[in-house]
Amino acid sequence: MSLVETSATEQLERLASGDITAVELTQAYLDRIAAIDGKVGAFLRVESDAALSQAADVDARRKAGKPLGKLAGLPVAVKDVLCDQSTLTTCGSRMLENFRAPYDSTVVANLKAADAVLIGRTNMDEFAMGGSTENSAFQLTRNPWDLERSPGGSSGGAAACVAAEMAPLSIGTDTGGSIRQPAGLCGVVGLKPTYGRVSRYGLVAFASSLDQAGPLARTTQDAALLLETIAGHEPRDSTSLDKAVPEFSKTVTQPLKGLKIGLACEHFAAGLDPEVEQAVREAVKVYELFGATVKEVSLPNSKYAVATYYVIAPCEASSNLARYDGVHYGHRTDEKAMLADLAMERKSLEAAGDQVALRRLDSSLVRMYRRSRSEGFGAEVKRRIMLGAYALSAGYYDAYYLKALKVRRLIRQDFDAAFAGVDLILSPVTAQTAFKIGEMVDDPLAMYLVDLYTVSANLAGLPGISLPCGFSKAGLPIGLQLMAPPLAEESLLRAAYMYENATDWHKRRPKI
Amino acid sequence: MSKPYTTIIGLEVHVQLATKSKLFCRCSTQFGAEPNTQTCPVCIGLPGTLPVMNREAYELSLKTALAINCEIPAFTKWDRKQYYYPDLPKGYQISQYDLPMSSNGYLEISDDKGAFEPKRVRITRAHLEEDAGKSVHDEVAGKADSEIDLNRTGTPLLEIVSEPDMRSSGEAKAFLQELKLLLMHIAVSDCNMQEGSLRVDANVNLHIDTPQGKIATPIVEIKNMNSFRAVERALDYEVERQYREWQETGKKIGDAPKQTRGWDDVAGVTRGQRSKEESSDYRYFPDPDLVPVVVTKEQIEAVRNSLGELPADLRKRFTEQLGLSAYDANVIVNQGRALIEYFEESAQKCGDPKAACNWITQDILRYLKDNEQTIAEFPISAATLGGMISAINDGQLPKPRAKDAFEIMRSENLSVAEAIKKLGIEQVDESAIEDLCRDLLTKNPKIVADVRGGKAQAVSSLIGQAKKLNPNIDPGRFREICLVLIESGKV
Amino acid sequence: MAITRADVENVALLARLQLSDSELDRLAGELANIVDYVDQLAEVDTTGVEPMAHAVEVHNVFADDVVEPSLSREAALSNAPRHNDRGYLVPPVLGE
Ligand SMILES: [Mg+2]
Ligand SMILES: [Zn+2]
Repeated sequence: MSLVETSATEQLERLASGDITAVELTQAYLDRIAAIDGKVGAFLRVESDAALSQAADVDARRKAGKPLGKLAGLPVAVKDVLCDQSTLTTCGSRMLENFRAPYDSTVVANLKAADAVLIGRTNMDEFAMGGSTENSAFQLTRNPWDLERSPGGSSGGAAACVAAEMAPLSIGTDTGGSIRQPAGLCGVVGLKPTYGRVSRYGLVAFASSLDQAGPLARTTQDAALLLETIAGHEPRDSTSLDKAVPEFSKTVTQPLKGLKIGLACEHFAAGLDPEVEQAVREAVKVYELFGATVKEVSLPNSKYAVATYYVIAPCEASSNLARYDGVHYGHRTDEKAMLADLAMERKSLEAAGDQVALRRLDSSLVRMYRRSRSEGFGAEVKRRIMLGAYALSAGYYDAYYLKALKVRRLIRQDFDAAFAGVDLILSPVTAQTAFKIGEMVDDPLAMYLVDLYTVSANLAGLPGISLPCGFSKAGLPIGLQLMAPPLAEESLLRAAYMYENATDWHKRRPKI
Repeated sequence: MSKPYTTIIGLEVHVQLATKSKLFCRCSTQFGAEPNTQTCPVCIGLPGTLPVMNREAYELSLKTALAINCEIPAFTKWDRKQYYYPDLPKGYQISQYDLPMSSNGYLEISDDKGAFEPKRVRITRAHLEEDAGKSVHDEVAGKADSEIDLNRTGTPLLEIVSEPDMRSSGEAKAFLQELKLLLMHIAVSDCNMQEGSLRVDANVNLHIDTPQGKIATPIVEIKNMNSFRAVERALDYEVERQYREWQETGKKIGDAPKQTRGWDDVAGVTRGQRSKEESSDYRYFPDPDLVPVVVTKEQIEAVRNSLGELPADLRKRFTEQLGLSAYDANVIVNQGRALIEYFEESAQKCGDPKAACNWITQDILRYLKDNEQTIAEFPISAATLGGMISAINDGQLPKPRAKDAFEIMRSENLSVAEAIKKLGIEQVDESAIEDLCRDLLTKNPKIVADVRGGKAQAVSSLIGQAKKLNPNIDPGRFREICLVLIESGKV
Repeated sequence: MAITRADVENVALLARLQLSDSELDRLAGELANIVDYVDQLAEVDTTGVEPMAHAVEVHNVFADDVVEPSLSREAALSNAPRHNDRGYLVPPVLGE
């Protein structure tokens, strides 16, 4: 078995024992990337030199018997939305094509402190808005299981690079399912932690009250290892939870006794692909074999989750993205051309004697804003900014934003009621397996509905995990989602491990 | 007030709170640094950064809100006020919209010279928000580029909004002076208008009596007033202007949208400013990056008790308990904390507040004014002044020599004892005065005769000579003894 | 809830986007569809329900008032599209 096929946990043991060096391991992944990422397109930038010198440094310190971090020598890929002052942070957007943050995000700082080798930055939907990674301004990412299909998104690069063994571990972010959905469609493990468990400091905001960074890996144990490395309280983040972080990787292998699992009828309703439903129902049987009790629960308001999400997320996004105005950083339009056009417009309006239009003509500053933003943002980002600005504008606030915040509480209350009777809620990750690239570009609403089973966890702030639970006849991965009460990541991971340990879906590899 | 209209004035004051660091990041708030040397990823609004509330800023705003008699709700939150301006790097200002941290307060104002009746100006709300940066631009041409400095971005501001309760520029000025006195007294702001620590916008319009009844003119907001004097002048100008405009156009409130006008201090006029087309739609919504603040009654009471005596309380106590006139109490309290403490200590020391007040208001304040000094720089300490007053009251320091003593105590920095010594002042005992009287009376039989003839005041003509012979003599006592000697036929 | 092209133009100005005629038309349609979809929220009875603005509801998170070093001016301006080594430069904020 080649080095890149082994789990991160195993690689860490071999690094510690001196069986392999960090440089060897890093080089093995760089070779793999060189060999296949031309086909997959998971990475926006591969930081070969930096990674190798980081690895060499770890090897040297290990030789010298110096103390080393938790992930010493282990390559980790990072979604290009978490600030790292040693590289660019583009968010998959022309707007930030050349943006270099003068500071490290908390997640990246934690990885550096753990001596992880930051091997590269992965592709994503622009500003994490999308579920296919097709909204990246720079490149397509393809599903390693079928290069004609999407890896999902927005963390498509993060999921694809792990599925294709171009990195043992990667960091994604999840606002409405952006870790769990691509993990499901790419057949890897992806975990969205409790809101606030992992700090958002330095995570470029899409929707602040929903965004959460988390691990993607090939095994539950590897995901546990990465989660415990990036989680923890950050005083620079008001919404970061001041709660101790358990050593998930130590407890993950301990089975849970008397597990109570809930199935929400709403998650097995019309629109669910029979192949997906069957795989998920099979997974339920596996848990029953372990003596888990399975019962129906109801999340009556979950049918409003997508609508709620598509009010709250765009409203927050329209505000979070207001800062990209081409003044202090980011893309600015060509001012000479802009001023020239403006002058021409004025002339023709004056010629036409159109006083109204003349009065409404943009000042050069306003025009600079408008042109810079319109050139810097892609279609989906503009769509959501418009949607959010509209929903927040005078007269609509109560009907949309305020209403959505109230429904959001009802959705959370549904979960609180359900978790009074069960430990976990089990569901599919998505209703369908990976869709074809380009299949949904002309139907934004259909694209939004892909988040049906995942958005609730973001709205309610709950942890959720996606893990492989089978394959379609077409050979496409099917994802199983487990959701737990706030801060119950430990039982979430232990329950996931029980299933993983009893099955071998996670051992399958795509042929590229 | 023979004018055919009533002036309606409301004020909006932005006060910079005296914190060391900014509201949501730890950059310094020091004034006057080189442009863009006091910024960080948070206050530049770089992608990924997050705000964390400065505890001191919140506590100072709570103190202020209580000092202006506001109610403090148990729950408050922060909202995003969204608009585009180059000195606002996030594209929104973190402010408070529907649930401000305080509301429904008031401030009492009055005028020594009775220019208006003492009144209570209601305060609508006071909320905590972040400041924007500065745009330096060529106001005239408007052609050159604008240069943006973000040093001030994120500085904590308390926005205090009054009800339209003021009826003259004088009342507005009094409100501002009382507010400034209060804020400085509780040390929540240095209120330095030149440095922008205190900024005032005024909303003004007129209620005109016409045969058809009262008519309100369109409300105008006046900006760019950089001193209280400017506020007064701008309001007076605007009142005239609005009345003239109404006479010419007859425009009523509602006929025109609320207008913003800038005060030109040199030209002494207000000028219309182009209103930002859609600026009214700020799309406020709760900032998801900040968490709400919840306060208990106990916490509020603790802060209230920590406030101590406020200027209004001091005026009351000085008049009611220390027996100062309302005028004197005002003069002392309006000087601010340092002088109030100076007065209290000296009054304490001599047990004669009236005397202490007189020395301070007549001699000390005049000196400080003439020499542009503060009480802190004044050489005679409060304790020393108190001692001097005691010395006068128990006769060690004869009244007629008091001013001389005061002068050398100040100029040569002497204690009362040293001054008395230096001036060669010593107690004159009765026998010495009696000898002097007998001596002078025998030398002036005519005066003795006049007194016997019923003209007691004749004795007065001897006082000059008496003083020559003994400078420390108390004229009053001299006269008494002379009369006693004459009546008793001892001379 | 119909969204007119004029609505879309107004929102575009609010959001400081410059949209071509074709974009304006397309967005008017797309926004209308999405808004129709989210209008289903109206059928939910939310009387007496408190809005939930945060996924995890904590309060009173403060930082101490301690000054920490700022960025150097060079670092602060390093991402600026146009600056004069002292400040960010933009077209005149007044005038026209
Ligand atoms: Mg304000
Ligand atoms: Zn700062």
